[in-house]
This record gives sequence, structure tokens and C-alpha cells, in this order.
Amino acid sequence: MTAKIAYADVEVGTELPAQSFPVTRATLVRYAGASGDFNPIHYNERFAKEVGLPDVIAHGMFTMAEAVRVVTDWAGDPAAVVEYGVRFTKPVVVPDDDKGALIEVTAKVAAKLDDNTVRVDLIATCAGQKVLGMSRAVVRLA
Amino acid sequence: MALDQSFVGRTYPPTEPYEVGREKIREFAEAVGDTNPAYRDPEAAKAYGHADVIAPPTFVFSITFRAAGQVVEDPQLGLDYSRVVHGDQKFAYTRPVRAGDRLTVTSTIEAIKSMAGNDILDIRGEVHDASGEHVVSAWTKLVARAAEEV
Repeated sequence: MTAKIAYADVEVGTELPAQSFPVTRATLVRYAGASGDFNPIHYNERFAKEVGLPDVIAHGMFTMAEAVRVVTDWAGDPAAVVEYGVRFTKPVVVPDDDKGALIEVTAKVAAKLDDNTVRVDLIATCAGQKVLGMSRAVVRLA
Repeated sequence: MALDQSFVGRTYPPTEPYEVGREKIREFAEAVGDTNPAYRDPEAAKAYGHADVIAPPTFVFSITFRAAGQVVEDPQLGLDYSRVVHGDQKFAYTRPVRAGDRLTVTSTIEAIKSMAGNDILDIRGEVHDASGEHVVSAWTKLVARAAEEV
């Protein structure tokens, strides 16, 4: 395990480079295939509306996968992530157009822990609404 | 009707091994648009000290969620899966999942709660490799929304 960021070089409050992740219907179809989650709420508008959703929504696990890229891109080695958890607070609604939705992720070091690890708190929003709550990763730095 | 509390603590038999392939990892990384070379290039993964390409952190959910199906579909438990949404997800990694792993999952029901008519189910999946080494723990919270009165 070789993170490219040194524990000594970060402080509480250190911000990780923010990123935005576009998601379209095509993205969701592709993620469904790769993950094996074929729940029709992620690709079938008629079905999604029948169960009370505003439209097709992204897989929560897709949003979780995108958000942690802010951490793994920063750390270098993805194995630097030793813990990662989120709460799915709001769905990412994905309209049937070429633009789709945009998941915006910011993150900062919230605490320095033992054994060269830090806790990173993430904020993921879409259309101005928080889509992940209690989104935290523990990362082992160099 | 609230779920039976006596299921708390119940552990299901380990799943059949899931063999993690390089191309499956690549497919997953492409689906989430992640270009980290540790997911596709064995040499890049080795430079980080891994024996082969590793999987993105959330990849293992495909395996643990399939395993949780044993719980979700247990007719004795009687969860109405058509009303289930994913509430929380957490992972704790002993080491990353890597190509060539043969992974088994043992699922345990950690908690059952009833709140405002919703059934809340906490399932822990313990993932081990073929040698019995622990790889990752996955905690999945499922919320079955209250059914309308008929």
C-alpha cells in the first residue's frame, strides 16, 4: 500500500480536489450491466413512476462509487481506503436527455487518526440537494 | 406486519465462491468512469504492492448484495422486497479485492427495527478468500417502506 499523500502533509481541514461526475441513462445501463443490479427503477421511466419516483434514478451504489473517486484519485493507491460508508439521503434523478444529471463531490480531512490514517468527510450533491449523508472514508496515508 | 425479531443474529451458510476476473474489474471501472491504472494494468497494481489488478472499493457490493439475497428472499423472514430501498452502506477493508480472488460471503442479520411502519434490516456480509483470509466486511441497511392499508 503506497498512498502518494503523506500523513505529515495534511491537516484537519485540508481539502481534496473536488470533482463532478455526469450521469446519463446510458451511464446507468452500463452500470447495471457491470454491477448486476437490474432494478428497473434505474432504466425504466414507466416503472419508476409507478412506484412513486419522479423519474429514473441512479443506483445509490453508482453515486457511492463516484464519490470515493475523489478520495482514491487523491490517495493514488485505491487500497489506501480502509473504511468507507454512506447514507443514501436523496435519489439522483436522471432525465432522458443527453445531459442527464451531474453529481458534484467535495471532500476534506475531518480528523487525523492513529496509524497514519485520516478521516475524510465527503459531500455529494445533485441539483443543489445533498444525495449522500454521513459520507466518510478512513484513508491510510504514507 | 413487523418482521420477526427472532431472526436477529441469524447467520446464513457461506455462499459458493465468486471468482473475481480482471475483465470484470475492468468492466466495472469503465462503468464508473474510473481510469485508475491499478484497476486495469497489473504492472501499475504491482507498483502499489498488489499481486494483481485490484477492484474499486465498491465493486464487492455486487457480491455481498447477491449474498444478502439469501436473507432478503428467506420466505420465513417475509420481507416485501418490492418495497425495499437501500438506506446505508459501509465497508471495512482488510485488503482490496483483486483479480484471481475466490470470495465467499457469510451474511448475518445484525438488527431488525420497525419505525413508523417501515421495516429496517441491517445485514453484515463477511467476505473471505479461498485461504480463509478476511478481505472485507460490508454492512447493508435495507428499508422496506410501510405497505398501504388494504
